[in-house]
Amino acid sequence: MAIEVRVPTILRTHTNGQKVVEGAGDTIADLLGDLDARHPGLRARLVTDDGSLHRFVNVYINDEDVRFLGALDAKVSDGDTVTILPAVAGGALGVAVAGGALGVVAAAAVLTRR
Amino acid sequence: MLAIDAAILDAIVAHARRDHPDEACGVVAGPAGEGEPTRHIPMANAERSSTFYRFDAMEQLRVWREMDDLDEEPVVIYHSHTATEAYPSRTDRNLAAEPGAHYLLVSTRDPEITEIRSFRIVDGAVTEEPVQVVNATVDSMAVQSYMFGQSPAAVDYECRA
Repeated sequence: MAIEVRVPTILRTHTNGQKVVEGAGDTIADLLGDLDARHPGLRARLVTDDGSLHRFVNVYINDEDVRFLGALDAKVSDGDTVTILPAVAGGALGVAVAGGALGVVAAAAVLTRR
Repeated sequence: MLAIDAAILDAIVAHARRDHPDEACGVVAGPAGEGEPTRHIPMANAERSSTFYRFDAMEQLRVWREMDDLDEEPVVIYHSHTATEAYPSRTDRNLAAEPGAHYLLVSTRDPEITEIRSFRIVDGAVTEEPVQVVNATVDSMAVQSYMFGQSPAAVDYECRA
């Protein structure tokens, strides 16, 4: 048994287009480390430089949001399904958004520097 | 170009008007790979804000699973701006993470005229596209107009009651 990870469209460039990949680990952090070995770059899209989960990424273990389970420290077990979804967010307020968005962090950084 | 059914567009505008002055948000799902928006799903704005929106994380999981089960995808992602134009803000550009979706913006800043514009947002770059309303029935007693922010060649005006 392994942990099934459902990958959103925008991150499938890291998984050769695969929608579902498998991984292992005791926590979300371990799992992302394991996945990154086979799918390089995936972890960096989800975890900030200071080691926390990106603000605009939703990660779920089965039916629960990991933010309420300890975020990257949340425990996972074989047979669990982990779902990654980019948050759908925005709004009229044109301020720089801390943390950037899933997949557009580089673009956000460029915009902020101008 | 975004082609969208008049009844769905009406429902989106009604949602935006109902939630004004807070921003309203939602999805129109459609069969994967076909690009036709067929199923309107109004979403809760977890921020309940007049300047920001975010889908509720648990509702999003439920709706995204449902789309998966039905072999659908989010064809349109919409939200309203309640005091500014229907154009993606810097926040909208930075956070747009569905490169395949039409980002539909509705401005409710004017109580009489609803401004509707559609965009692709890929890697933070915005490209406007025409909006075509399909299956519209023109009402001679029309009192409300939608204003589409497009070049004259691409404008579709609809009048309706």
